[in-house]
Amino acid sequence: MSTPFSPLGRALDLITRVRGVRGAMVVSRADGLVVAEQLMEGIKGGAVAALASSLAGRLQRAMVSAGLGPSQFWHLQCDHGALLVVPAGEGLLLVAVTEADVNVGLVRLELLRAAETGA
Amino acid sequence: MSDDVKALSAELAGDPQSLVFLRLGELLRQKRQFDAASRVAIHGLERHPHLADAHDLLARILADAHDYERAFDEWDMTLRIAPQHIGALKGLAFLYFKIGDLTQAESHLQAAQDIAPDDPTIEQAFAVIRGEAGTTLASPPSPPAPRPVPPALALEPETPPARERPSGAVTPLPDERIFAGFEGAQEGLLLLDLAGLVLGGALKMPDGTDVTDTVAAYLAGVSQEAARAARLLDLGVWRGLSAEGQGGHVYLAQPTPESLLLLMRDRSLPLGRLGLLAQRAAQVARQWLERQR
Repeated sequence: MSTPFSPLGRALDLITRVRGVRGAMVVSRADGLVVAEQLMEGIKGGAVAALASSLAGRLQRAMVSAGLGPSQFWHLQCDHGALLVVPAGEGLLLVAVTEADVNVGLVRLELLRAAETGA
Repeated sequence: MSDDVKALSAELAGDPQSLVFLRLGELLRQKRQFDAASRVAIHGLERHPHLADAHDLLARILADAHDYERAFDEWDMTLRIAPQHIGALKGLAFLYFKIGDLTQAESHLQAAQDIAPDDPTIEQAFAVIRGEAGTTLASPPSPPAPRPVPPALALEPETPPARERPSGAVTPLPDERIFAGFEGAQEGLLLLDLAGLVLGGALKMPDGTDVTDTVAAYLAGVSQEAARAARLLDLGVWRGLSAEGQGGHVYLAQPTPESLLLLMRDRSLPLGRLGLLAQRAAQVARQWLERQR
């Protein structure tokens, strides 16, 4: 879907290099479709993309309504891992799926950096 | 038994904690099966004793069954929980009208109209009172003697299904009921059920605007989606959902499988600390919810 030489591929590559990251995706915010992905086998990218997009939309609307402005980072913490999301340009979301013992701060930085560089 | 009643009964049997009892009770009330409707409402209230809509439902059933004294008590309780509950205000106006206390009837209608100025049924109800009093609203009240009810009674308790009402129909409980002692319990802490109805707390924007109901409505379904995402990814149970905004942070936690807690703070509070505070608030909420069972 993307190569390591495309901008999207490079961005995902940087994110998935962080230890404990099981995969990363670029997702269309409007329709929840996968634009690019680097996922470990077994991860249901399409379904997760749809849910991440929907969840992000709800949170976004709630936060804007609460006067907090657009969200810059979401973190779903679970018993055995996490889902991390940052908005990227042109209606995209960058999504990372991680193990439980990942350095969340580092993944966040990589996601934000990738988003800034136009993933 | 109609198909609708069967379907709703089956849905309720499958998930006794569900708020579907509101729709089932209302449907039975509309079919004038008051005993069955009353049982549904009472069972619902046993599980959701602080749900204003449930008290309102029971009040409407009782009013239809001409048990006005108990209906009064239920609407009174509804207003204690949700002081701006339009159904309860109109219901009490109806009861006061029934006993001829037009001053109180007007007062409750006025309160309802202040909250819902565009509700045409309130104006109709005012017209009935004006006709009954034979004078203007500003006139002195008639003696509070019982009098016959006019046939076209616009003051009948309103009957929309509870789910059609905005989430604003359920206003927050006082914070001392749930989050006593928690900083920001009245402007940055919210407890919801899974349908996005407010169980406690409140949210305010920095300028003081109350955004409780709007935010609550947007958060309906978040918990289920988070759980689904966690399941799809084999991540186990979700424990928290944090979000960084330009003007502040929010943290969502799940005190129980049927509830959602939101903690909101400005950016001066680090996200990690916000999570700790939210988990503590969730513990308080969990204890409160368990006490309600």
